[in-house]
Amino acid sequence: MASETRVAIASVADVVTARQKGRSLAQELGFEGADVTLITAAISEVSRNIAEHAKRGEIILRPENHGARRGLCVVYHDDGPGIANLAQAMQYGYSSGSGLGVGLPGAKWLMDEFDIESKLGVGTTVTMKKWLD
Amino acid sequence: MRVPILKQRDYLIASVQSVLSDPDLLQLRDDLAERIGRYRSRGVIIDVTVLDVIDSFATRTLRAIAHMLRLRGAETVIVGIQPEVAFTMVQLSLTLEGIGTALDLEEGLAYLDERTKRKFRRGK
Amino acid sequence: MEGRQQPRIKDDTRPSAAENTVSLLRELVAHLRQRRTELRQEWARRIRDSRLLTAMSTEEIFSEATAVYDNYVEVLETGSVEALQAYARDLSERIIPRGVETHEVLGIVLLLRDVLARSLFEKYHHDFDLLNRVLDAYEPAANSIANTVGVSFVEQRERVIRQQQKAIRELSTPVLQVRERLLILPIIGVIEAQRARQLTEQLLRGIRANRAKVVVVDVTGVPAIDSAVANHLVQTVEASRLMGATVIITGLSSEIAQTLVTLGVDLSKMNAVGDLQGGIEEAERMLGYKVTKVELPTAPEESA
Repeated sequence: MASETRVAIASVADVVTARQKGRSLAQELGFEGADVTLITAAISEVSRNIAEHAKRGEIILRPENHGARRGLCVVYHDDGPGIANLAQAMQYGYSSGSGLGVGLPGAKWLMDEFDIESKLGVGTTVTMKKWLD
Repeated sequence: MRVPILKQRDYLIASVQSVLSDPDLLQLRDDLAERIGRYRSRGVIIDVTVLDVIDSFATRTLRAIAHMLRLRGAETVIVGIQPEVAFTMVQLSLTLEGIGTALDLEEGLAYLDERTKRKFRRGK
Repeated sequence: MEGRQQPRIKDDTRPSAAENTVSLLRELVAHLRQRRTELRQEWARRIRDSRLLTAMSTEEIFSEATAVYDNYVEVLETGSVEALQAYARDLSERIIPRGVETHEVLGIVLLLRDVLARSLFEKYHHDFDLLNRVLDAYEPAANSIANTVGVSFVEQRERVIRQQQKAIRELSTPVLQVRERLLILPIIGVIEAQRARQLTEQLLRGIRANRAKVVVVDVTGVPAIDSAVANHLVQTVEASRLMGATVIITGLSSEIAQTLVTLGVDLSKMNAVGDLQGGIEEAERMLGYKVTKVELPTAPEESA
């Protein structure tokens, strides 16, 4: 059974690595069909967020257990400037129909749990989870 | 991995391989631009059957490609978007508005035949 | 015990008291192991007396009782509930199909707690102070165990229910192929977000499997929808388009149409047709079928 996987993100090439690892872990944990794609897309979008904006960070993927519930946890961490207005940032950029970067708001939409913490000058950490039904 | 582009009749068919990185997409754009100029094709099919995810960058780039090709007189149709991929795209509100879509290669060719025939007729 | 990297259930900041707790727990564990046979039997007897686990035979109860007992002692020994969680999940998977209820599972765990507590009273009754310290070490662990087993059982039950619901949903909404390239999806009953999502996925897979170009989604049998479902409807239309299929929605009641308008849905993008029959005809037109009405000879009319 897989344990933790860390993917350092420094460029867009790492986005592919992160989502491929995410895909295989999701499948290994038993996710099926659209759920696998949703997880892969969420990882792709947040990794892209690091590569394009924060410039440096990492994605940590690991299985998650909560009693009988099993799922996947994705921890996003960037060494970026931090987000000043979280509420606004989680709205901004998530524009429908234009295909612009969907980043963190997009990932929130796809995952079951989403917890964000940001410190100006330090960076942003997001913990996301998706549960198997 | 570079996307192979074939010429079939009056059209170009680009078949995406499973791993499509950002540079691959940009390369595809440049390759199509070059081929369109060379062959003056009327239509382009981009086959994404084996893609397991289409993210915001891919969506943006595909739209840019279609736009570029239209400026050069060619219709674009994206074929082979899988159910899970289509579902995820609409969840993220990633639309391919303005680009034709069809189920598969066969439908894509029928789509292009329909569209280019119309243009031809109008031109008469 | 100190060398193990496992979370301690009891956290005591005073070093001497911590060591005390450790040695007490060790003594406790030794006691429980020593009295294993009789305590298990006592527990199994109490289970039978309170008429719990009636779905299981005496042998089965004793066998599970043994496993729970040993896991219980292990939690006290290691301070980690991981093994217990895994066992509780496994036990739940086995007993839920047998019809064992939540109150039974909680009941038997609490009974064990009582049986063990009683044995501690019996052993340490001569030293009230020591008894208190032993209970201080025992109680948090016992509570954690009851909690773990109870929660695991309930979560497993919920998981089973969700799976069954999913299966029922899939059976109740068939995607029908009426003609080549034409699918019909009749939706009946109340749809909530979960079902709506499942419908969308089924439909999209159906489009691929049947190579459908047109899908008629009939909502005549749907009394009302909320914004989440309306959203799903719109997403279904868009996702179908990405797969090269057009969606025609039929049977929209004026109430639902109003809901959609209020929610800002652009009905003109929705391709809505009055009823199912009309929708199918429209679909056939789109597909290039020519539908002609054949006049059949009627019986001579009766004079008034």
